[in-house]
Amino acid sequence: MKSETNRMSAAEENPLLDEFTRKEYEFGFTTDIEADKVPPGLNEDVIRLISAKKNEPQWMLDWRLEAFRIWLGMEEPDWAHVQYEKPDYQAISYYSAPKSKVPLGSLDEVDPELRATMDKLGISMEEQKRLSGVAVDFVMDSVSVATSFKDKLAELGIIFCSMSEAIQEHPELVRQHLGTVVPVKDNFFSALNSAVFTDGSFCYIPKGTKCPMELSTYFRINEAGTGQFERTLLVAEEGSYVSYLEGCTAPQRDENQLHAAVVELKAMDSAEIKYSTVQNWYPGDAQGKGGVFNFVTKRGICETRAKISWTQVETGSAVTWKYPSCILKGDGSVGEFYSVAVTNNAQQADTGTKMIHLGANTHSTIISKGISAGNSQNSYRGLVQIGPRARNARNFSQCDSLLMTDTSGAHTFPYIETKNPTAKVEHEATTSRIGEDQIFYCLQRGLTEEQAIGLIVNGYAKEVLNKLPMEFAVEARKLLTISLEGSVG
Amino acid sequence: MLKIENLHARIDDTEILKGLSLEMGAGEVHAIMGPNGSGKSTLASILAGREEYEVTEGSITFDGVDLLELDATERAVAGIFLAFQYPVEIPGVSNINFLRSALNSIREQREEAPLSGKDFLAKVKECAQLVELDGKLRDRSVNEGFSGGEKKRNEIFQMAMLEPKLAVLDETDSGLDIDALRIVSHGVNSMRNGGRSFLVITHYQRLLDHIVPDHVHVLAGGRIVHSGGKELALELEEKGYDWIVDTPAAQQA
Ligand SMILES: Nc1ncnc2c1ncn2[C@@H]1O[C@H](COP(=O)(O)OP(=O)(O)O)[C@@H](O)[C@H]1O
Ligand SMILES: [Mg+2]
Repeated sequence: MKSETNRMSAAEENPLLDEFTRKEYEFGFTTDIEADKVPPGLNEDVIRLISAKKNEPQWMLDWRLEAFRIWLGMEEPDWAHVQYEKPDYQAISYYSAPKSKVPLGSLDEVDPELRATMDKLGISMEEQKRLSGVAVDFVMDSVSVATSFKDKLAELGIIFCSMSEAIQEHPELVRQHLGTVVPVKDNFFSALNSAVFTDGSFCYIPKGTKCPMELSTYFRINEAGTGQFERTLLVAEEGSYVSYLEGCTAPQRDENQLHAAVVELKAMDSAEIKYSTVQNWYPGDAQGKGGVFNFVTKRGICETRAKISWTQVETGSAVTWKYPSCILKGDGSVGEFYSVAVTNNAQQADTGTKMIHLGANTHSTIISKGISAGNSQNSYRGLVQIGPRARNARNFSQCDSLLMTDTSGAHTFPYIETKNPTAKVEHEATTSRIGEDQIFYCLQRGLTEEQAIGLIVNGYAKEVLNKLPMEFAVEARKLLTISLEGSVG
Repeated sequence: MLKIENLHARIDDTEILKGLSLEMGAGEVHAIMGPNGSGKSTLASILAGREEYEVTEGSITFDGVDLLELDATERAVAGIFLAFQYPVEIPGVSNINFLRSALNSIREQREEAPLSGKDFLAKVKECAQLVELDGKLRDRSVNEGFSGGEKKRNEIFQMAMLEPKLAVLDETDSGLDIDALRIVSHGVNSMRNGGRSFLVITHYQRLLDHIVPDHVHVLAGGRIVHSGGKELALELEEKGYDWIVDTPAAQQA
């Protein structure tokens, strides 16, 4: 697998970190530079090799091997409202690092369309070079930045590091929590991920600690024909708070690539986790060629009076299959899901959430805003499950769909299962077509069509965008506008 | 400033304008009156560049430019403003943010620097006062949950902000009580000057008591069938449209 996990931390809102400017944020990367690559294919030897290269303890290897055996007995799901050619899992290389890559000479050699997009996103020249693989020499410099963040966090007892590092440095914590929210056998992709994950993020917030900065991780896939299997584990101890950002904001021009991540969140008693994602993986071209297959399992578990809030803006990927979920185990716990999913051209998204109410007085809120353009298909799939113990559980769901064209589709599949008569579940759904009257009104006031669509769509998605941390919201707004350019028809 | 000659236009195979001609000078106020369905809003939409309407014959020149060559945005940049008969709602977009985007987009296309936040807010304050627009309405989503009268006042507020050369007011008086009518008219009157023209479309004469026009035209059957001074409005109020619509000129249409 040719995969690379870049990580950095940022905290615009934190006075502690004022010394790190926006510029440093952009360069705040460390890159694991290694030249090794295993041949394509997946078998026990490959897994042993991955584990050995990462110098993992025996229990980790055993865990992986067990996952691999489980995976072998599973079938790839095809119930989602999407169609794609299933990847050949024996054709993927599961371990590799970017050193062997031949760097491009200059930005002039980069695909102009990709560059235009990056310009619009306001990505600096240096950043553009890095994202398009032109030069990597300054990457090493950024190690110090990442380390400085870590020192400040360490003073508070907060651990924020790569999963590989966590396995080495905090094996007891990893071992205690890994796979406890998303069991290996949960689904085909979680089993695969458990067997072959090469990196990801680990985050631990001690009891009573409010993490003073937004923690963030950028993932990216470097080259064609590769897969990425990150593993994220976030543990918030009793009474703690953390806001975590996951960004995949750089467009890629690769062939179909597989992204099968697992994210596990644990919010102990009265803890709160806010998890925000802006996902802009390469969606493929207008004809539906190329693009990332994004099959992700994200789940959190809430103990007594804990709260987990998922916010996601999904504009990328050829095929998305993703249901960030909350298990509301503890009494009085709260789950929230705020989502904007945009599909354009030939993109397909099947996304939504599961709210599993186990404890009494548990509350959940689901706000889903789908936007479909081109010939794309956009589905919301949600499950609200009220268990027999969940007295007075409450759910409110609102699923809105906005169609930009006659040839795009929006689908809503809400599933509700109630086993407690005191529960109250409310579901509202609307589908609307973007108004030509609205667009004309904007044009008449001097806005261009692009600006008009950006404005209308951002207004439509406002409820969700407002949940994002400030700097992310700005980026998300731009992304929405860019991904819908020229899309009304 | 505006010259419309022999304009023919259709929508969905129905011809609505059938040889309309009209000429307006800079600083003039012209009123267009006519029965429901006679094509008044169609004319307004065509002037603003709505693409659903197909112009099959004739020409429109604005400040010496062939208006039909410009798209809706370019016309706004050239200084054309339409106060809509039915202003649309744009949920989630604050009125103030909308106007700021619009104003700066126009300035950018005119190669002018964007207005600073301070100057913009000063201007908002001034223009909102002009039509007594409630502060709350500036921050609410565009037209969302506005009463009919508030929507119309909001249109005039936007007009004041954008300072057009030609303002087309499509039934701005409809749905207004007498106080609101006075406020809106005051806003329009205080914007009258030698370089700005108004095309006031109305169904009723009463608006023209407040916004006194230089010329009044009657639109019927897709063309201007009669033109006169401001006293024509009173005559129409008294006698209705039939006496004009039944003339040979109108029959031809
Ligand atoms: N989209 C449309 N399709 C077909 N006919 C239309 C359409 N819009 C307007 N019309 C017709 O055009 C005529 C003129 O309408 P309009 O310009 O709105 O009149 P007015 O504003 O004078 O009341 C009416 O007969 C109306 O029914
Ligand atoms: Mg009308």
